Amino acid sequence: MYALVDCNNFYASCERVFNPSLQGKPIAILSNNDGCVIARSDEAKALDLPMGAPIFKWENFCKQQKIEILSSNYPLYGDMSARVMKILEQFTPDVEVYSIDEAFLEFKGFDAYDFDAYGKVIRKRILKWTGILTCVGVAPSKALSKVANKIARKFPKETNGVYVIDSEEKRIKALKWTKVENIWGIGRQLQKRLHIKGCKTAYDFTQLSDNWVRKNMSITEWKLKKDLEGIPTITLEVKEAKRSIATTRSFENTYSDIENIKERISTFATSCAEKLRAQNSSCHMIIVMLRSNRYQKNSEQHSASKTVIFPYPTDSTLSISNAAVEAVKTIFKDGIDYKKAGVIVTGLVPTDTHQLNLFLHENPKHKPLMSTIDHLNKKFKADKIKLASQDLQRTWKMKQEHLSPKYTTKLNDIITVK
Amino acid sequence: MSTTLQFFTPKASNSKGAIFIDTGISAGFPSPADDFRETRISLDEELITNKEATFFAKVSGQSMIGAGLDDNDLLVIDRSLEPENNRIAVCFLDGEFTVKRLKVSNNEVWLQPENPDYPSIKITEENDFIIWGIVTSVIKKV
Repeated sequence: MYALVDCNNFYASCERVFNPSLQGKPIAILSNNDGCVIARSDEAKALDLPMGAPIFKWENFCKQQKIEILSSNYPLYGDMSARVMKILEQFTPDVEVYSIDEAFLEFKGFDAYDFDAYGKVIRKRILKWTGILTCVGVAPSKALSKVANKIARKFPKETNGVYVIDSEEKRIKALKWTKVENIWGIGRQLQKRLHIKGCKTAYDFTQLSDNWVRKNMSITEWKLKKDLEGIPTITLEVKEAKRSIATTRSFENTYSDIENIKERISTFATSCAEKLRAQNSSCHMIIVMLRSNRYQKNSEQHSASKTVIFPYPTDSTLSISNAAVEAVKTIFKDGIDYKKAGVIVTGLVPTDTHQLNLFLHENPKHKPLMSTIDHLNKKFKADKIKLASQDLQRTWKMKQEHLSPKYTTKLNDIITVK
Repeated sequence: MSTTLQFFTPKASNSKGAIFIDTGISAGFPSPADDFRETRISLDEELITNKEATFFAKVSGQSMIGAGLDDNDLLVIDRSLEPENNRIAVCFLDGEFTVKRLKVSNNEVWLQPENPDYPSIKITEENDFIIWGIVTSVIKKV
């Protein structure tokens, strides 16, 4: 059996643990740099504040509706997430952390278990220890556990936050209740094709012939179909290093000069390279992207990206930053107000096991240099060592006007009790 | 039924052959303490029994001075412990966090300060009240 444990409105819940007066109040959480709404409490959803709403457009609405606006506090969410995941490991050794707020659990050899009761114990423990409310869906496959979880979330009174699909009857009922657009992993394009094929629910999808699915869709959808039929096919993914790392940001203002853009790109590339080294990976490829302000309808729009392939995998800040800056020069257009830029490193391989190239390799001097930089920056808890292409004066400050304290990661930020 | 064999690969050791003995062999006696080496005392291990459920808070004010909780002291809070009579708890009461001793009797819950200048608080239906966690230690600077 598999379980999907999902934290309800995770970011909002984290804020409420340390500020219980937000309980029952509508909350909206903003993206990095206070750009747009990325998380909402149930109360804010009920007020029809849309996901992704750019805050400058919706600030008045939030004021009128008394929606509490908060900047995202990732150190807090990350720590609370780690606590939840660690607690889950007490219930089974097989845990796949699927995202910051959800995890798949596999129960091998738990055949005689009462999963409804077990799910309730999981839920109760997480709530008591961390203050985070969760929903638990249990079923014979991963995709079905996702469906079961949706049911638990949708019908809290009837299910008490735990739903188990343990019979054919329940499975079919659950699939008929699940619309095609709500099936895990079915994107918009596939939805359209399934609609044309006459599929309205997940049940209709499972009624398609295996042959048709194989021919017209990919192996992923075929696996999904098997999973939904109750034949576990999608397996638990063991923890592995990330396959790509991205640093993208919206600027506080817009930039129309290449110098500022180059500086930003160099800084983002530096951040990517640091993250690469932290997980002991090197990249084969970088993608640099640049975009104008979509909301400034009257000015010229431009959006472009450029991929650079390295002849050898690298984790050197120097190589990645240089390549990124060269790339951005080729896509930059004069006269555009750019609002967002990013660097993505991908094609990752473990640094210590990658294939050597006979003719080309990373400058061997970079390796000790990088470990020294990492060491110093860690020691001084700030980016003291920068590339010359980064602005030395500038300490890139994220716009975080509504930031809550880092209750669990900074001693000066802990709660005060009278 | 087919039998499958599972193969194990030995993990390569990082050490290159000989073991380096850092106490030296040729000169003098080896340290007599070597056989009795133990891990250092860790305050984390001493003060935290349940890492996932442990949080910290700072005391503000004098209401619990009798229990040894002074202004600015650091509290170790374990949320996994059950609230019981006489335990010191961090509670959220009507919009603010407070630390008091729990007094449970005849279906009544009281929050008892440990300072004669402060009154005991009876919790009623009207209160917005959460027992947030149980205080297990207090750390103070001297």
